[in-house]
Amino acid sequence: MPVNYFPAEFEVLRNYDKCISCRACERQCANEVHYYDADFGKMLAHENQCVDCQRCVCICPTGALKIRPNENSFRKSANYTQPLMTEAYRQAGTGSVLLSSMGTPKDYPVYWDKILLNASQVTNPPIDPLREPMETRVFLGKKPTQMKFDKNGELDTTLEPSLTLNVPIMFSAMSYGSISKNAHESLARAAEGLGTFYNTGEGGLHKDFYKYGANTIVQVASGRFGVHKDYLNAGAAIEIKMGQGAKPGIGGHLPGEKIKEDVAHTRMIPRGTDAISPAPHHDIYSIEDLRQLIFSVKEATEYKKPVIVKIAAVHNVAAIASGVARSGADIIAIDGFRGGTGAAPTRIRDNVGIPIELALAAVDGRLRHEGIRNEVSIVAAGSIRCSSDAVKAIALGADAVYIATPALLAMGCHLCRSCHTGKCNWGIATQNPELVKRLNPDIAYKRLVNLVTAWNHEIQEIMGGMGINSIEALRGNRLMLRGIGLTEKELQILGILHAGE
Amino acid sequence: MKKVYVNEERCLGCHLCEYYCAFANSGEAEFYKAFKLGRSAVPRIKVEDGNGINFAVQCRHCDNPLCMKNCIAGAISKVDGVVRIDHEKCVGCYTCVLSCPYGCVAVGKDGHSAAKCELCTANGGIPQCVKGCINGAIVFEERGETA
Amino acid sequence: MSFKEGEVRIPAGCAISGFINRSGKRVSGADIVKSISYMHDRSNGLGGGFAGYGIYPEYKEHYAFHVFYDNTEARVKTEEFLDRHFDIINLSRIPIRHIPEIKDEPLIWRYFLDPRPTKLTSSQLDEKEFTVKCVIRINTEFDGAYVFSCGKNMGVFKAVGYPEDVGRFYRLDEYEGYAWTAHGRYPTNTPGWWGGAHPFALLDYSIVHNGEISSYDANRRFIEMFGYKCTLLTDTEVITYIFDWLNRKQSLSLEDVASVIAAPFWSKIDSIEKTDPKRAAKLRYLRQAMSGLLITGPFSIILGYTGGLMALNDRLKLRSMVVAEKGDTTYIASEECAIRAICPDCENVWSPKGGEPVIITLNEEGKRRCL
Repeated sequence: MPVNYFPAEFEVLRNYDKCISCRACERQCANEVHYYDADFGKMLAHENQCVDCQRCVCICPTGALKIRPNENSFRKSANYTQPLMTEAYRQAGTGSVLLSSMGTPKDYPVYWDKILLNASQVTNPPIDPLREPMETRVFLGKKPTQMKFDKNGELDTTLEPSLTLNVPIMFSAMSYGSISKNAHESLARAAEGLGTFYNTGEGGLHKDFYKYGANTIVQVASGRFGVHKDYLNAGAAIEIKMGQGAKPGIGGHLPGEKIKEDVAHTRMIPRGTDAISPAPHHDIYSIEDLRQLIFSVKEATEYKKPVIVKIAAVHNVAAIASGVARSGADIIAIDGFRGGTGAAPTRIRDNVGIPIELALAAVDGRLRHEGIRNEVSIVAAGSIRCSSDAVKAIALGADAVYIATPALLAMGCHLCRSCHTGKCNWGIATQNPELVKRLNPDIAYKRLVNLVTAWNHEIQEIMGGMGINSIEALRGNRLMLRGIGLTEKELQILGILHAGE
Repeated sequence: MKKVYVNEERCLGCHLCEYYCAFANSGEAEFYKAFKLGRSAVPRIKVEDGNGINFAVQCRHCDNPLCMKNCIAGAISKVDGVVRIDHEKCVGCYTCVLSCPYGCVAVGKDGHSAAKCELCTANGGIPQCVKGCINGAIVFEERGETA
Repeated sequence: MSFKEGEVRIPAGCAISGFINRSGKRVSGADIVKSISYMHDRSNGLGGGFAGYGIYPEYKEHYAFHVFYDNTEARVKTEEFLDRHFDIINLSRIPIRHIPEIKDEPLIWRYFLDPRPTKLTSSQLDEKEFTVKCVIRINTEFDGAYVFSCGKNMGVFKAVGYPEDVGRFYRLDEYEGYAWTAHGRYPTNTPGWWGGAHPFALLDYSIVHNGEISSYDANRRFIEMFGYKCTLLTDTEVITYIFDWLNRKQSLSLEDVASVIAAPFWSKIDSIEKTDPKRAAKLRYLRQAMSGLLITGPFSIILGYTGGLMALNDRLKLRSMVVAEKGDTTYIASEECAIRAICPDCENVWSPKGGEPVIITLNEEGKRRCL
């Protein structure tokens, strides 16, 4: 047996005074960490297989378990840290690109945490959302900037196709394949219950979920999996995915073992084959090609549905967004680099792209500067972690936000960042029927509805404090924001003043 | 009447219901004490596993309970739809254990009387297997069946 | 440290008052001065002003510019600019009465002008747009010069002081107009600048406003997409630009403008849908299309324009405002006392609901007389 160059990442701590050897942990661990040793008459653990998903901790009836980072330490170096060394050992063993899941855990600045919100005092009154109307309805789509009148002088009130959201929050793209059918069902039912939208991702739309079409955004990505006319027409809007915040410039790869019968059928590919989304759309090598695809899908859906173009936040995102806004897109979704993913090369996830806060501020500013902000709605994505992040995003200029990681958390995810293994113990990022079963959509959809309902209450409270009683008066209202501990340059890019100014 | 039902599509086979049931009927104050210190609490629900299908089974509170019919001591009765064992009368012959077609009557913890699901009527009325199920697979509901 | 409007955003509480004689009978400015003086406590002496309509009948075809200059140099430079772009029909200092309550006045000049036809043609703009562009240019590029009134047959008079003193200072008793509005300001700063007093005016639109809008930056950033530059950072400035853009440039009626800036709640629009789908469609359209111009937070405003006044409250009616009538005159004020002060036996006193515009225009007789 070769030398194991790196130790287990986690330790399993079991309180044997409390452990009753019920073996629930063993039965619920897809990584086969826990086992019962008949000779010792007690539970033991293969700690090197543990991913810290916390499933065993959460279900243990006596609270006997704890998982914590292994305190074993390599000789300290601020330059060659233990994770870097471990990765080198791992790659030396496999010769492979490192894979990771979910958002980057690295310590990049989180600008949401360096922005403070305003509230009314004395000169104007805060508004109590329990007593007064507090509107959070949002319309996403193109808005006219020139009023038109017919020959009788009557105002033409025809609006472009748009999405109506009761809450300024949507569930962002997660494909069937990367997440389970039960997870998709939960998201679809929650979107319906909340009066908002979920997004198919690039995995097509399972036949059982066409009935949620009115609350579905169908995605067209570079692999074109599951895309056909009925699919395009099944959703309320179509999203063309040009990039993803967690892995800009990179396509996708769903391994063959996740392509089970149902996934294969939904994606319209043979069972067991790898589903590879190319890095570019091979019919879009420039902005004019994007325009053609936008109008192709508009033709296919008789110009009845808004088209979203999702782009990753990269260095020149403002110029790209400006181009997209002039290409017929109705909505631009900007995905920041701290956003999640089902699988991405680690080095890409941790190093490519820019934070959503800066990208959003730059895009909103540029579109206004060019007088075309009404041409598109902006959806901010990529690490909107809580309601105050959403409020800050809207005040920076977003019309609405996409959330995915918080939605996964609502369904039980503990961010072990092991989605790419397909062994999700919470039944979310897996296609193993035994594991998928663990996510009961009847429970999960209610938890999703609860989460977003709670956030919306908080958004209303914050708006009320600012003296704002409708979400559109918050949009782009950057005077409601102040930076804390930010440099002149950061403030300038965000378009906000520093606290105290 | 409300009964306990199991949805096998949701049942994960974690067997936790057995432990919650056993604890509820153990009379112990602490969960782990019911199973440690040499005490072995007896569950009145049992999860059957196999071929990827799991199913928790407990007393169906039959229309014509065979256990009641066969009880030599007249210890089993049906009160308000719930099939119960009177431990004062039970002589521990275990004819009921043999005659239950679902295998839902067990040898009790005391080792000399039978034990079975009584829908937690003695434990506050909310079946603890239902409360403890981590996936909402076990439900306590009215399905319009006769008592 | 003292900040001028435009350097920081200064919230202010206020008093507003206004009236219009629908038959176009011209009334002395003394009445509006008396009216606003009854709300003395709603001001703090840091700004007062008036707008009068129909006050320059002999020059009614020409733009009347009222300009503050910090010094003669600014005046000379500005006049050079005006001379290049306009035919100057008349120019003079605005007559004032020196009183101890009003100090540190700038040079205050008045010009009656017509855009130069050659300049106008080469600019490819209409006359109003040309004039607006010139005014914005003076106000942003000419140091020490500030055009604070530029409509036809109307004028704004404002200063740092209590409004009743400002009225005396400008000798408003010597002017007659068919409509007047007034403003007393309660700003939260130490002001140094007369341009920051209200009304704020653009062409013949003038706004007096009481409130502090919470949507300010959303509104500002939206309207600035269309060529406006909010240099004063005041609510009144942005509201005036919104009216100018929606009413003059987008040709929306004032009722429709009210449906944009104080849009009905969606629940209300949904209920209108059941009885009047056409109206609901219009309200929906206006609110959706112009969502960036919804104004939230407390406000009561009186918009003056050629031939009418419009009063409007925010949707929750977070500021007081009453309307009353007597004969062919309609009065609007923050408090009823300001109306009773000049019309003790006024009738039909009512408080308009939040978001419901009250629009009063000259009747046929008034139009004949004044327009």
